[in-house]
Amino acid sequence: MTGPLVAVTRAVDDTKAVGAALAALAQAGDIVLLSGDLGTGKTAFTQGFAAGLGVTEQVVSPTFTLARDYDGRLRLHHLDVYRLDHLQEAIDLGLAELTDDGGVTVIEWGEVVIPTIPPDYLEVRLSYGEADDDRVVELVTVGVRWQARVRSLEAAIGPWRGGT
Amino acid sequence: MTEPGGQVPSGPAERREPATGLTILGIETSCDETAAAVVTGGHDVLSSVVSSQVDIHARYGGVVPEIASRAHVELLTPVVAQAMVEAGVSDTEIGAVAATVGPGLVGSLLVGVSAAKAMALVWGVPFVGVNHLEAHIYAAFLEDPALEPPMVVLLVSGGHTMLVAFHGHGRYEVLGSTVDDAAGEAFDKVARYLGLGYPGGPAIDRVSMQGDPEAIAFPRPLRGEGFDFSFSGLKTSVVNHVRKHPDVRTEDVAASFQAAVVDVLVEKARRAAASIGATALCLGGGVAANSLLRERLLDACVVDGLHAFLPSRAMCTDNAAMVAAAAWYRLRADGPTGLDAGADPNLRLPSLVGR
Repeated sequence: MTGPLVAVTRAVDDTKAVGAALAALAQAGDIVLLSGDLGTGKTAFTQGFAAGLGVTEQVVSPTFTLARDYDGRLRLHHLDVYRLDHLQEAIDLGLAELTDDGGVTVIEWGEVVIPTIPPDYLEVRLSYGEADDDRVVELVTVGVRWQARVRSLEAAIGPWRGGT
Repeated sequence: MTEPGGQVPSGPAERREPATGLTILGIETSCDETAAAVVTGGHDVLSSVVSSQVDIHARYGGVVPEIASRAHVELLTPVVAQAMVEAGVSDTEIGAVAATVGPGLVGSLLVGVSAAKAMALVWGVPFVGVNHLEAHIYAAFLEDPALEPPMVVLLVSGGHTMLVAFHGHGRYEVLGSTVDDAAGEAFDKVARYLGLGYPGGPAIDRVSMQGDPEAIAFPRPLRGEGFDFSFSGLKTSVVNHVRKHPDVRTEDVAASFQAAVVDVLVEKARRAAASIGATALCLGGGVAANSLLRERLLDACVVDGLHAFLPSRAMCTDNAAMVAAAAWYRLRADGPTGLDAGADPNLRLPSLVGR
C-alpha cells in the first residue's frame, strides 16, 4: 500500500466539495470512515458527500440518534459513533446489516469501529491546517474495493492536492 | 374500561371522543430519562416521576445508547409503579397508555413503546404513540393553560433546535431548525472540549457566571437570515480560538460562547413571533434551563409585548407528563395508535397539519 493521498482545503465549502467529489466514486456497499478532532469538518464533509450522492434533504449531525438515513443515487447511512467507547456497542449497531443493503455508509469518529468491520473501506482523516479554516484531508484506502479506485481518487481530489 | 383479557380497542372503528376527564398513563424513554406520569384531561398532573440517568452517562461525556436502553429496562417498571402510587390510581382507572415513539435513540424508545403497548393490551385500553417534539410543545400547556395560539415555540435540546409556529391543537408548522448541530449538542461538545464535563449545558451556564461574555467576539451564525440555525461553525470557532490562545480563561470562552448561542436563539425567536403575529413565545427542551437564555428571552418578550412562557426546570427536561398531555389531544384528534406501529428514531414533526 502506498502512503495516504493528501488534500488541503481552505474553507468549509472546499471540504464539502471534496466530499462531493468522492461521492461520485461511491459504489453500493462502500464504507467511509471519518476521523478527526472536534470542528475539523466531519459533518461538513458528509454534507458534501450527501450532495454528491444527490441527497436533497438537509444532512444534520447524527450525534443524538447515532444514525440517520438519506435517499440519494445510493442510500446514505450517516453514523456518528462519538459516544461509543466500547466495542460491544459498535457491534450492537449492526453495521454488517447496514452495509449489506446496497447503500453507502459514512461513519464519523469511525476509527472506533475498525475492528468490527471487514478490512475494506476508505478512511478520511481530517485535521487542522495552518490557517484557521485550513483542513488537511488524508485519504487512506484499506482493502481492494477502494484500492482499485486509487487513480480515480487522485483525480477527484486533484484541485486540492497538496504534500504527499 | 374493560377487565384484563377484554376486547382490545384498535383502529378507526373504535374511534370516539375520549371522555374529557380521561386519565392517561404517559411513558417517556426517548433518551436518558426514564419517566412515567399520570395526567387527567390533558392538563391535571396527578403524578410525574423522572429517573435521570445523567450520573450513569456523565463518565462517558454523553449518552451511551446501549447503556441507556439497559437502564430503561431496569428502571421503567419501578418508575411506572411509583407514578401510579403517587397518583393514587389503580390500573382500572387508566383510560389510555401513551409512549414517546420518536425521535430519539431507537433502543431506548423501544423499551417505553413495548411496555406501553403491553400495558394497553393487558388493561384493554388504547395505546397512543406520541411525537417527542409535540410533547415538548404540550409541556407549555401543562404549566400555563392560559396560553393561546398563535404562538411560537423555541424548542432547544441536545437533539433538537427548532422554531415551531403553533396555530392550534395539532396544527403547527416548523419555521426553521438546525442545519447541523443542535444547540444542546454544541453546549455538550464545547463543554467536553473545555474539560467542563457532562452535561455541558449546566456546566457552561455555571462557569459563564464568572466569565466575560464580551471577551471573545464569536460569530453569530445565520443571525438575521431566515429561521434555520447553525452551530457547527461556532463550535469550530471556539476550538480555533483556544488553540491560538491556550492561556485564555475558560470562563471567558464559556461565557462568550454561551452569549453567541443565546443571541442567535433569541433574535430568531423574536423575528419568528413577529412573522406569524404570535401573542406568545414559549421556550421548551433541556436548553430552556439555561439562565442567560431565560433572562434574555423574558426581556425580549417584555420589549415586544409578548406573553412569555418559561418552563419550570422540571418541565425543561424530558418527562412523561408532557407525553400524557400530548396524548390526550392526539387521542381526541386521531384516535388510538395501532399496536403494530413501531418506534421511529428520526420521526419529524409534521411540518403543517391543517393550518
